[in-house]
Amino acid sequence: MVGSEVILLDFWPSMFGMRVRIALAEKGIEYDYKEQDLPDKSTLLLEMNPVHKKIPVLIHKGKPINESCIIVQYIDETWKDKSPLMPSDPYTRAQARFWADYVDKKVYDALKKSGTLKGEQQEKAKKEFIEILKVLEGQIGEKPYFMGESFGYADIALVTFYCWFYTFETLGNYSIEKECPKLIAWAKRCMQRESVSKTLPDSKKIYEFFMEMRSKLGHDHIQKVEDFSPFRGRGVFLKHGRLVRIRY
Amino acid sequence: MDDDVILLDFWVSVFGQRVRIALAEKGVHYENREENPQNKTPLLLEMNPVHKKIPVLIHQGKPVCESNIIVQYIDEAWHDKSPSLLPSDPYLRAQARFWADFVDKKVYESAKKIWMTEGEEDQQVAKKELIEVLKVLEGQLGEKPYLVGESFGLADIALIPFSMWFHTLNEIGKMNIERECPKLAAWVNRCMERESVSKTLPRPHKFYEFILEMQKKKGH
Repeated sequence: MVGSEVILLDFWPSMFGMRVRIALAEKGIEYDYKEQDLPDKSTLLLEMNPVHKKIPVLIHKGKPINESCIIVQYIDETWKDKSPLMPSDPYTRAQARFWADYVDKKVYDALKKSGTLKGEQQEKAKKEFIEILKVLEGQIGEKPYFMGESFGYADIALVTFYCWFYTFETLGNYSIEKECPKLIAWAKRCMQRESVSKTLPDSKKIYEFFMEMRSKLGHDHIQKVEDFSPFRGRGVFLKHGRLVRIRY
Repeated sequence: MDDDVILLDFWVSVFGQRVRIALAEKGVHYENREENPQNKTPLLLEMNPVHKKIPVLIHQGKPVCESNIIVQYIDEAWHDKSPSLLPSDPYLRAQARFWADFVDKKVYESAKKIWMTEGEEDQQVAKKELIEVLKVLEGQLGEKPYLVGESFGLADIALIPFSMWFHTLNEIGKMNIERECPKLAAWVNRCMERESVSKTLPRPHKFYEFILEMQKKKGH
């Protein structure tokens, strides 16, 4: 019997944190949710994720697990007696990992660009983002979920972006449902699962959060200082060429 | 089970080398097909339409893409062959995946910058960044023989092909990685004692020649 001491360090609008919350809900695991005040990262977060200094972090019996997709696999392997999240055969498992990895490599950056760039660049970014969604749509095809009949790892990787769609559709003035109706149908199907519907915040709340964050930064172009190694992941932004710490 | 294994690869690719090491560890026989990145075969484009990249493992006609994913697939598909490439304990498995992912996110990009950036200042920044990244890995290694636990596995496989780059980085970057990271250098030697590694990785000077050739073509 696995111990019950499970803590999640998270930030409510994070689509990466939501993946972990869905996985924990699918397995019916009780846990202590600790909201992190980014960018003022707690000592616990910095201790538990010294390498990337990011949420989500799952702490199980005092030991940290980092990176959302890795955490979801850990949850599946540790609480293996209930609701499997990974397919059982090696080939389909490799496919599930491939598509979760595709989401990680492509969706976040493309989504952000589609809403934050301006003019011609934004049109190009929107087109690119829709292309990516169409690839994902193509993979789902006529199946109810990514890998077939069961909701699982690859679905979890992507569905958490669904609550962010409204924000970027509004900013970019386009409709994802119009371009990718099957994908939205898949997202709504996932939302029928309690683990998903109870985890994803309301799309309008996400929009309010994003607009508030943007107005605090003072201008429309947010350039996150991710390449400056001393400041990596510490919520420091570049504003008019100067480094600025922002509190959300 | 061993029949019908094809690997689409490119000799110089660290990602392809990961797969070849894993196949060698398991003693899996396969057909190696060399791809030219400038002139991709229809088979590659058919087997990896999404990324159009090597390595691609084709097992019984079905493709598996992305090197770390392929290594895990090899471990699971040939689970009855030793050694295991991942630990059995879920926490250690998560650690193995984390460090393989860290190598992907940090080592490749920072190392490449050293021979790709122009200008003394930019190169200094790139060198500092790479050493920082390698020291983090050294920290993870600690006094252990391998990156995660006592056995050679996924995280080691993810990183060891980059050791082939050290000579090139030392020459072009005018640095001495082995001196800055002696524990990592010792780990490299330990890994090279494994036949799967020593027979897979090209000689460092071959990689250096390849990079010089590439730079010449770009008119450096």
